Amino acid sequence: MEPTRIYPDDRSGPFPSPPTTIDDREGRPIEIRAADDLTTELEDVVAMYDEFDPSDRAQGIPPTGEERIRDWLETIAEESVNVIARHDGAVIAHATLVPDVDEPAAIEERNEIEWELAIFVLQAYQRAGIGTQLLEHLLGHASDVGIERVWLTVERWNNPAIALYERVGFEATGSESFEQEMAIVLEGEDGSG
Amino acid sequence: MDVLVGLGGSDESIKTLRQTIDRTQAVGDDLTVAILEKPEAKRSQDEMYEQADTLLTEADIDAELVRLEGDPGSALVDYTEQGEFDQLVIGGGTLSPMGKIQLGPITEFVLLNSPTTVKLVR
Repeated sequence: MEPTRIYPDDRSGPFPSPPTTIDDREGRPIEIRAADDLTTELEDVVAMYDEFDPSDRAQGIPPTGEERIRDWLETIAEESVNVIARHDGAVIAHATLVPDVDEPAAIEERNEIEWELAIFVLQAYQRAGIGTQLLEHLLGHASDVGIERVWLTVERWNNPAIALYERVGFEATGSESFEQEMAIVLEGEDGSG
Repeated sequence: MDVLVGLGGSDESIKTLRQTIDRTQAVGDDLTVAILEKPEAKRSQDEMYEQADTLLTEADIDAELVRLEGDPGSALVDYTEQGEFDQLVIGGGTLSPMGKIQLGPITEFVLLNSPTTVKLVR
């Protein structure tokens, strides 16, 4: 399938693979782990989003209220690729890649399709370096499972987020509107590119 | 109320028209439907015109149906300014695979330039 979006000419990587444990800037030990079968950890992730400050929502997600949060996560859970961060056992951040296809169950080769990225860090854990680590480990894990093309949209005025995405290799693509589209191409599993 | 609805040629346009027809029937608004020139859309301007005509006929609504040429955002705002409309209705964006609401450049132009109240249909 031909990509519908514009991607950078150069590939980015390599990125570190999960699992890992880091100390954040507050000295808190943060465990970062892949959670590909999100359904088994769904309730812990629902609990995180239930605590999420609604003023930090972007473009309508995450939804508010436990029921709507669970519906949203169940919708994206099945074929998505996920990395979660925990502190003292509780989920405090989540990053995900969702396939841009009509029938996720019919995916044959992950490198042939495009994946939409989103990352959320609970307010009490922001500005502690966790977002950067989580993002890099999501991209490392994505590369491990054969994903190459990743894109996202970010509100155009969200400069800290745009700077974070640029730092790991995303480039601005797409047309001008309220959202800035950005994209990255990952190195292959064997480091080819 | 005099209502103008602007349509590109996407599935979002069809949804916007259907909801606007329902609202028109419920409250008895006067409706004008503007079909925009958007070459990259799923339906051509002619196809969208035909489909809008069919939907309006089926709903038995006597609406004015017009084609607007040129850049869709500015053509729609121009037409709004020249008419005496109380409300301009456009599609309220699409959802990304993740469920993020995405508003395109036409929507942004209309929101920032329209002198009339704008309604986004979700």
